[in-house]
Amino acid sequence: MSARDVLRKIIGIELDESSQFGYPARQRMLDVSHNVILYLDDITVSFDGFKALNKLNLTIDAGELRCIIGPNGAGKTTMMDVITGKTRPDSGTAFFGQTVDLTRLSEPQIAHVGIGRKFQKPTIFEQHSVFENLELAMITDKRALTTLTAWLCDDDRDRIADTLRQIRLDKEADRPAGLLSHGQKQWLEIGMLLMQEPKLLLLDEPVAGMTDDETMRTAELFVSLAGKHSLVVVEHDMAFVKALGGKVTVLHEGSVLAEGGLDAVQNDQRVIEVYLGR
Amino acid sequence: MREPFIFRIFAALDARTRLGVAAFLAAALLLVPVLHLALPADSAFHVSTYAITLLGKIMCYAIVAVAMDLIWGYGGILSLGHGIFFALGGYAFGMYLMRQIGRDGSYQSDLPDFMVFLDWKQLPWYWSGSDSFLWVALLVVAVPALVAFVFGYFAFRSRIKGVYFSIITQALTYAAMLLFFRNETGFGGNNGFTDFKRVLGYTITSPETRLVLFGLTAAVLAFTFLFARWLVASKFGRVLTAIRDAESRVMFIGYDPLWFKLFIWTLSAVLCGIAGALYVPQVGIINPSEMSVANSIEIAIWVAVGGRGTLIGPIVGAFVVNLAKSWFTVSFPEYWLFFLGLLFIVVTLLLPQGLVGLWKTAWKTAWKTLRQTKEAQA
Repeated sequence: MSARDVLRKIIGIELDESSQFGYPARQRMLDVSHNVILYLDDITVSFDGFKALNKLNLTIDAGELRCIIGPNGAGKTTMMDVITGKTRPDSGTAFFGQTVDLTRLSEPQIAHVGIGRKFQKPTIFEQHSVFENLELAMITDKRALTTLTAWLCDDDRDRIADTLRQIRLDKEADRPAGLLSHGQKQWLEIGMLLMQEPKLLLLDEPVAGMTDDETMRTAELFVSLAGKHSLVVVEHDMAFVKALGGKVTVLHEGSVLAEGGLDAVQNDQRVIEVYLGR
Repeated sequence: MREPFIFRIFAALDARTRLGVAAFLAAALLLVPVLHLALPADSAFHVSTYAITLLGKIMCYAIVAVAMDLIWGYGGILSLGHGIFFALGGYAFGMYLMRQIGRDGSYQSDLPDFMVFLDWKQLPWYWSGSDSFLWVALLVVAVPALVAFVFGYFAFRSRIKGVYFSIITQALTYAAMLLFFRNETGFGGNNGFTDFKRVLGYTITSPETRLVLFGLTAAVLAFTFLFARWLVASKFGRVLTAIRDAESRVMFIGYDPLWFKLFIWTLSAVLCGIAGALYVPQVGIINPSEMSVANSIEIAIWVAVGGRGTLIGPIVGAFVVNLAKSWFTVSFPEYWLFFLGLLFIVVTLLLPQGLVGLWKTAWKTAWKTLRQTKEAQA
């Protein structure tokens, strides 16, 4: 073991030449040559013996819009925790593209390689203005010392203004985010995700608490994002899932129960049993 | 090319703050010296030596309070061990003052008296160079910074938060106090360092030296305030408050909270160290009681009383609580701790925003009533 390895073991700082404070140069890292952006292979996570994920296998194609459904406790949120580095799997591998091993990166590092996450409960900075929420999320060098002297150029302001229009919050830009309605908070969090310019977006119940009109507008937005980005959407609202129109994966007891188009999945006998009870 | 840093700090200020800081500096650097030196001692406007020492001491506390507010009010990290950084700065500078005594001590030795008393023949290695002002000035900054950085790195990396973090900081300062209490560790035992005679060759008790120290403390306080203002208004400050409010969101948009917390934590410790170094020559003593847990808790009380999350609040809090303390400990010494406890309860229950919050609410209400009466008249 070299001195560098020893140091890395002791203090846990990545000392790779290509990275500073452990943030890999993202362009070099992401390789989607096999047209697959996310591989989850045999992932198992157990909490005190309860298997939240049980040998889960899932692959997401580049540019795909995938919906994940499943009853409560099926492991949907745990799966997102594994992908974003919040939970380490007990076994199995998680790869982003061909080369990025997600199980070895921290949450901020995973954000930097290009995975954005929206939480089930809208999580925004309530004390900050809507504009500042987007400013903080914007893709840039996010190390502490660079942040100290960071400033917004005109291009940055334009980009924030564009996103504000896209999420229909341009009139609320200077209001504290805590004062927004629930649906608006959901939109703001989606906007923050867009500012990160992630390759893969993980969206945990993005339309909960939205009006029907807002829900349909969100569906339109997601459909327009697919192709350029890959999206994984966890949702209970079947009308919304239908509007998204992508492939559907059903999770049950921590593994994949069925996969396919919405109609095929809804008519699958096992899925009906799981949802209606035996 | 952007303007130099120092200009940006000033450019970010509003007119009211500039005026306030200028008035404060004018009072501390011109008015107080004139009133102290030019007026006879029996004049009603004469500022006594006692008052200068007291205000100088409180200004040091105010620097500590601002440092505390940066991590607690803005970073959401409550330290109940900030006394350790204050004391480390104080001890480092205190040793310089001990060396300045030279052969004028009771034992007429080159060594500080307490070392002669312990029958030591030479300085321990860690105090070598302590006769150099520059080296000690470096220690005042570097020692608190190093302790804070190492402690903070492991604590924040292990994601220790909230009350657990507070308790560990208490343990840290308590352990340090026990260490400094011991005679063989070379910090003067429970008497600490005292009987100072000179600083940079000037008599430490002369009015001029006192006024210079007083003015220097005022300038450091003003600079600390302005720097903190700039910092919390920067993007760094916004990330910091974001970490306080929703740390996981901050991580998932790609900021590593560790380095942000570590930076503000170390900065806060350095400010405390500088405050400690300014405190010791004015008060004339540094001993391990500065590291007691109660002292560190008191720092948090100043901030809470003044109003955390504002920068003027901690300064107001440090002045109000310490002026009350110096009055109480003379008039009713046995009731001070009860009063302090009561104050903390009242502030927590009734004034979550502290005195600054109370002032703002009162101001708003008065303004509203005034407008309503005007409208009613019209």
